[in-house]
Amino acid sequence: MYGKRLRALSLTTIATLTATLALVFFWAPNDADQGFLQKIIYIHVPLAIVTLCGFIVGACCAIAHLRTRDPRWDMRSYVAIHISLVFGVGVLITGSIWAKGSWGHWWVWSEPTLVSFLLVMLLYATYQPLRFAIEDPERQARAASVFAITAGAFVPINFAIVRLSTQYVHPRLGSGSLPGRMEVVFLLAIASIALLWTTLWRYEMTSKHAAAQLRTLARLLGGDEDDVPPRRSAAPSVTHLEGVG
Amino acid sequence: MSAPGTRAVVAALLRKDLRIELRNFESVPAMALFSVTTFVLFHFGLQRDTLSGDLAAGVLWVTLLFAAVLGINRLFVADAEQGGFDAFLLSPADRGALALAKALALLGYMLVLELVAVPAFALLLLGPPIGQALPGLVLVLVLGDLGVAVIGTLVGALAVRSRARDLLGPLLSLPLLVPVVLGAALATKPLLSTPVGGLPLRWLGTLAAYDLVFALIAFALFDFLLED
Repeated sequence: MYGKRLRALSLTTIATLTATLALVFFWAPNDADQGFLQKIIYIHVPLAIVTLCGFIVGACCAIAHLRTRDPRWDMRSYVAIHISLVFGVGVLITGSIWAKGSWGHWWVWSEPTLVSFLLVMLLYATYQPLRFAIEDPERQARAASVFAITAGAFVPINFAIVRLSTQYVHPRLGSGSLPGRMEVVFLLAIASIALLWTTLWRYEMTSKHAAAQLRTLARLLGGDEDDVPPRRSAAPSVTHLEGVG
Repeated sequence: MSAPGTRAVVAALLRKDLRIELRNFESVPAMALFSVTTFVLFHFGLQRDTLSGDLAAGVLWVTLLFAAVLGINRLFVADAEQGGFDAFLLSPADRGALALAKALALLGYMLVLELVAVPAFALLLLGPPIGQALPGLVLVLVLGDLGVAVIGTLVGALAVRSRARDLLGPLLSLPLLVPVVLGAALATKPLLSTPVGGLPLRWLGTLAAYDLVFALIAFALFDFLLED
């Protein structure tokens, strides 16, 4: 059910990403001050925005999970946070590269956005260990949802507070702060990274869903469940998915 | 049987927790001793006899936070291991009452901890005299403690029934408490400087807002952690 139109989505994502990268390198002008280095904003900033939005999506799915008790919402929340974590590592790496190139240091403490992002990543890094440490699947799902909502609320609050505490070094990207071509490419970059996030989310959901269906089939065909002990995993237990089989 | 009033339930739960603490001395003495030991560690680690300003505020708050983590880790252990949760769930009491009682208990632990830790800090490490700073400091301490109490209650309940609760407690609570340390340390900094500066109202407001937001979140989500 998650595999529907996945091929079309994947092709669109590949096309948009390729087009965006082509425009970044061959059409967008070089920055007057930072030169070629500035082009990293077309990767770094969209990645950061999509990561944080992904965490918020995870929190919203977690709210839906606690309201409906449908394990599929827990799965959606898990996959959203999982993919955002991977993207987040990319944000920290690209941010570090940019900081080294632009300010001369790999890490800059006076930079509130960088520090806030690290804090958010440190918090979300405990999401999988938390799931892993709770055996009962339903309790694990509820605890994970409580965590996802708390951490989702922490994201904007934390950014506001850390911003208050430091002077402002990070280049701000409000509308109109970029010249025409840059603005167009930047918006396109956000769209393509968001598409990439969505595609990966759909792929992981499809894979989890297919695994659950496969397990149900194996059980229906008389396979002995006890032969394969359930692997300990931080992922939500797929056997609890409804509407499978 | 009619459900008892929330206030009575909270009072009963709080009395139970404080009585257990008074009989066993499980948390607060360990927290206090830990804080004094940490001050000694900072003396050797920093190679400084006296601290003032931002360094003093930072050392004080980081120490209080680490001591708080000890209390957070133990907060729900008795309830999880000796059937306190089950007994509470069997009663018709409102579940939010347990969250409120635990937060109040943790707040109490923190205040008692500070009765030891702050004089010890003033005696061992603080350069400027503490007298003039005290009224402002008490206000900042209470606001910081409220944040610790609220977040500690939520995280304690989240971690207690997992296999790795001693690890998860600090890992979950420390990032969530960074804004509390940040606000509290920045509010404390002028108080521990010479000459003593005014109380930064902006940071008191930020701390209070953070406490309030997480109190609402903890209260809204606590129910889901109790179910079986």
